[in-house]
Amino acid sequence: MKLLTCPLNGSRNIAEFTYGGEYHATPDHISTSARDWAEHVFFHDNAAGMVTEWWCHTASSFWFLAERNTITDEVIRTFKADEIYTERIDFSAAKTESRS
Amino acid sequence: MPFGLLKYGLSSQYPAKHHFTPSKDLKKHYDVVIIGGGGHGAAIAYNLAKYHGITNVAILEKAYLGGGNTARNTAVIRSNYLTESGVKFYSESVKLYNNLSNEFNYNVMMENRGQLTLAHSDAAIRSFRWRAEVNQHMGVRSELVDRQTISELVPNLNMSEDSRYPILAGLWHADGATARHDAVAWGYAKGACDRGVELHQLTEVEDIEITSGRVTAVKTNRGKVECGCVVQAVAGASSIVAKKAGIPLPIHCYPLQAMVTQPYKPILTPHVSSPQVHVYVHQTSRGEFVIGGGSDPYPLYNTRATLDQRESLSAAAMELFPFLSQARLLRQWAGTTDMTPDYSPIMGLSPVENYYLDAGWGTWGFKATPICGVTMAELVATKKVPEIIRPFELERFYRFEQINEAGATAASH
Ligand SMILES: Cc1cc2nc3c(=O)[nH]c(=O)nc-3n(C[C@H](O)[C@H](O)[C@H](O)COP(=O)(O)OP(=O)(O)OC[C@H]3O[C@@H](n4cnc5c(N)ncnc54)[C@H](O)[C@@H]3O)c2cc1C
Repeated sequence: MKLLTCPLNGSRNIAEFTYGGEYHATPDHISTSARDWAEHVFFHDNAAGMVTEWWCHTASSFWFLAERNTITDEVIRTFKADEIYTERIDFSAAKTESRS
Repeated sequence: MPFGLLKYGLSSQYPAKHHFTPSKDLKKHYDVVIIGGGGHGAAIAYNLAKYHGITNVAILEKAYLGGGNTARNTAVIRSNYLTESGVKFYSESVKLYNNLSNEFNYNVMMENRGQLTLAHSDAAIRSFRWRAEVNQHMGVRSELVDRQTISELVPNLNMSEDSRYPILAGLWHADGATARHDAVAWGYAKGACDRGVELHQLTEVEDIEITSGRVTAVKTNRGKVECGCVVQAVAGASSIVAKKAGIPLPIHCYPLQAMVTQPYKPILTPHVSSPQVHVYVHQTSRGEFVIGGGSDPYPLYNTRATLDQRESLSAAAMELFPFLSQARLLRQWAGTTDMTPDYSPIMGLSPVENYYLDAGWGTWGFKATPICGVTMAELVATKKVPEIIRPFELERFYRFEQINEAGATAASH
């Protein structure tokens, strides 16, 4: 059995987790072009080696990040998202003038 | 007889003549450099040499011919996809497969055994009806069949209504087939090398030189090679190689695993697949049961086999064919599959003018080998994208025009 350490629930069977994709900084939702959005959504680094990625502990719906080596399949560390997201992201709609 | 065999074994004629000319030194320049000596790379070279008279071509392969996913796949050939673009493309490939042994004068052991996909839910029946309609409209033999017909097609299948997912109906695809995967790669490579193409094994492309939007040379572990253009056909290494040319791709690599039992007498003719229990099974002409369908649940560049997959594939295979509980496994293996978001390939032009892509083959690219050879060679020779592969261009992701074959690929073959 392969184990993964959830920052909230501790060490659990990896079957309890869902892989959530590569971590990328979120583009600015107002100024980003359609082309850049397409790249953000569909394209991946798909790196062979160290990657930072999202995981979710399915049973508790807890999302967190992991650093993993995609060649050796070793998880180096897992951590809570607040290490990266230190401020609230403002998802409010674009101002009227920038929409026109 | 025994003396005949002994004489053959000791004679200087043995072992038989090599299929291919052994690799020489690399030349300074090739008109076309093909990165990747899998079935696809070999097929592209073959078509360039035979049908376009382009023979100053090198296939650069980092390991050995056909040792990548071409060696690891379960050789299911079919065209019962869902989209018009997909069905048109794969059915052309099936036609080419049917003539491949004649084309090569070399036996690729093509067997037209048919393919049966099982529905265990009403939703699956609805989607099968949809696929059957699209397929028939495009001249592909596909039909919805009932339980009675299923038991006639596959007498050993577990039709019990007490199983966890009872079988309700099926999608019967009479055009479904299988062929010997190694023979396909060897046939193409032999035909290409006989016409002057150079196959360089143990030659890894380490870097790609781009000058003002054009590729001018590739650097390998055996030195630098200048080139008129490059075709990349490296399947599981697609993102890694494209990155050297500065091209980002919408690909994630997952290991896909499969396994095979010891040989038995022939008792299963068609290929049987279940998207619901997530397994497919067929019996090879050597008698082994091939059991496939299991991708790892997260991306990885590693071809280890896992106990998790062995358990889940075995459980699913035994649900369909209970007698397999007595079977012994001979081998279990994995290949690195280059998965796209819409389960369709990425073929054709790239942002680099003379750099062509043949990527995103995921769990479905063996069946496409012949048509890739034809269309990619035509692209290289004429610089025009053939109509049949235009829908698969990389640009589709920027236009949000994906070609969704996720459902038709649900059991990963
Ligand atoms: C378990 C499994 C089952 C499958 N089942 C089916 C099936 O039933 N039906 C189906 O249609 N498809 C199936 N597939 C998918 C199919 O195997 C592949 O899509 C197909 O073989 C791809 O062929 P290719 O020639 O493009 O790639 P490959 O055969 O992988 O060849 C690519 C080659 O590129 C070489 N290479 C990589 N990097 C470099 C470099 N930097 N320089 C030089 N060379 C390099 C590699 O060594 C390799 O030999 C399956 C795959 C797997 C793993």
